[in-house]
Amino acid sequence: MDWVNAIVQGVLIGGLYALFAAGLSLIFGVMRLVNIAHGDMIVAAAYLALVIVQATGLHPLASALLVVPLMALIGYAMQRVLLNPTIGKDLLSPLLVTFGISVILQNGLLVAFTADSRRLAAGSIETASIQLAPGLSLGVLPLLMFAASVLIIFGMELVFFRTSLGRAFRATSDDPEVAQLMNLNRNHVFGMAMALSAAVVAIAGIFLAIRTNFDPASGPARLIFGFEAVIIGGLGNLWGTLAGGVVLGVAQAVGAQISPGWQILAGHLVFFLVLGLRPRGLFPRMD
Amino acid sequence: MAEPILSIASLKAGYGDFQALFGIDLEVGPGETLALIGANGAGKTTLLRAITGLVGCAPAMVRLDGRPIGGMRPDRIAALGVAMVPEGRRLFRSLSVEENLLIGGERARRGDWTLERVYDLFPILRERRRNPATALSGGQQQMVAIGRALMANPRLILFDEISLGLAPVVIRDIYAAVPAIMASGVSAILVEQDVTRALAVARKFVCLQEGRVSLAGRPGEHDRQAITAAYFGLAR
Ligand SMILES: Nc1ncnc2c1ncn2[C@@H]1O[C@H](COP(=O)(O)OP(=O)(O)OP(=O)(O)O)[C@@H](O)[C@H]1O
Ligand SMILES: [Mg+2]
Repeated sequence: MDWVNAIVQGVLIGGLYALFAAGLSLIFGVMRLVNIAHGDMIVAAAYLALVIVQATGLHPLASALLVVPLMALIGYAMQRVLLNPTIGKDLLSPLLVTFGISVILQNGLLVAFTADSRRLAAGSIETASIQLAPGLSLGVLPLLMFAASVLIIFGMELVFFRTSLGRAFRATSDDPEVAQLMNLNRNHVFGMAMALSAAVVAIAGIFLAIRTNFDPASGPARLIFGFEAVIIGGLGNLWGTLAGGVVLGVAQAVGAQISPGWQILAGHLVFFLVLGLRPRGLFPRMD
Repeated sequence: MAEPILSIASLKAGYGDFQALFGIDLEVGPGETLALIGANGAGKTTLLRAITGLVGCAPAMVRLDGRPIGGMRPDRIAALGVAMVPEGRRLFRSLSVEENLLIGGERARRGDWTLERVYDLFPILRERRRNPATALSGGQQQMVAIGRALMANPRLILFDEISLGLAPVVIRDIYAAVPAIMASGVSAILVEQDVTRALAVARKFVCLQEGRVSLAGRPGEHDRQAITAAYFGLAR
């Protein structure tokens, strides 16, 4: 039963990894940019939630009502002010800017919140669980988070394939030059992509803060998990990204079951295995 | 003559250190079609890119209704009613046929061109509207590219080699749609390698050679030999 339990827990944490990954994948898809600051944005969102919860007494999950729009706004501004001026000339400059944002975020959070690790308490829901079988029970909170992750990915797919904003994303990704001739302001389209990515980051940050301890240096590891989930799942396919997150989560859970030291390593090994056997990921969609 | 919609004066443009256009002058009036001809590398596409803002130039070098638009952001110029059918079609490959048309009409000016009218003009596109744009034949793709430009309800439409790489029967089909497009009152610049075809639909023409106007006028005004000479730069 331990193994079944481990795999189930892995699946559930995989939903969170998929959330880490979804915003990353969106930004790469629309502007061919790997946002190195993505993990740090997740951690920054976690701190933002912490501050809001402390200031207002809201439940951590309810804090999303403020954290999501705030992060979207910050994402939009960050794209327009910092990233857009460097995009389009070469691939390296915007990459370096995101690297700079990453360093600034980490150090800024360190100054503001010290290196102590924090956590958001979600109250009684944290311990609630459903008994599936003797010895196998599911936490209500992880289950809720997994369901939310699936819903968010479904929502992102809807935006991407069913709305005029999504059409603008795809057209700009296909041919940024001709997209401008369609009356699309490239700077705004990129800003909206970063806003959407940051909105998803906000949810990911809140979930992260409830599930685990976090500190100002937690970002890079989230970036790696998100990155691995994207690559395992296959570029340009959000459902693939969800599958990638689940594969990574299960690999880590099974690794931890073998020996605690194997948890993270097992995830990386599966990532390299997929990269070696199917370099384009399990479900590639993008050329 | 009525005020020109588009007037280009001493237009110089290029790519970085490379200058491709050396002082171009031309005008396009309301409802008028201008044929732009010239050999490979003469600068035809560069001229269209300068009009649409994809290549920079000084403001006064390109005027729309007398208003300087040279070097303006491409989406702003598009919003003023300039649409382009780009060389090589350049459809959005992750969009369906219908989505390619819809995105052309995004935030469009008001006017007669709708999805329905484009489908009436090119009925085959209605049948294939759910297909990915790139799954179509070359001629059908060209129809999508033309429809995409029309959806913006442009005042000025720029066609860049719409017959490129297509079979003669297909070219005939595409050109059969040109009168219907012009009947809506839109002005046009038609870039063509096929001089005869271009001169047949245009009221006036400009011939470029190595970034300069080598001949301009009305199709009947010059004999075949003069046009050939201007085109290839022979016997000057
Ligand atoms: N992106 C670019 N960068 C640098 N030089 C360019 C670029 N595009 C075109 N050129 C050069 O500018 C000149 C004019 O090219 P342009 O594409 O405008 O010619 P064209 O008349 O459209 O030719 P074609 O009939 O082959 O389409 C050519 O010498 C070409 O090599
Ligand atoms: Mg050309």
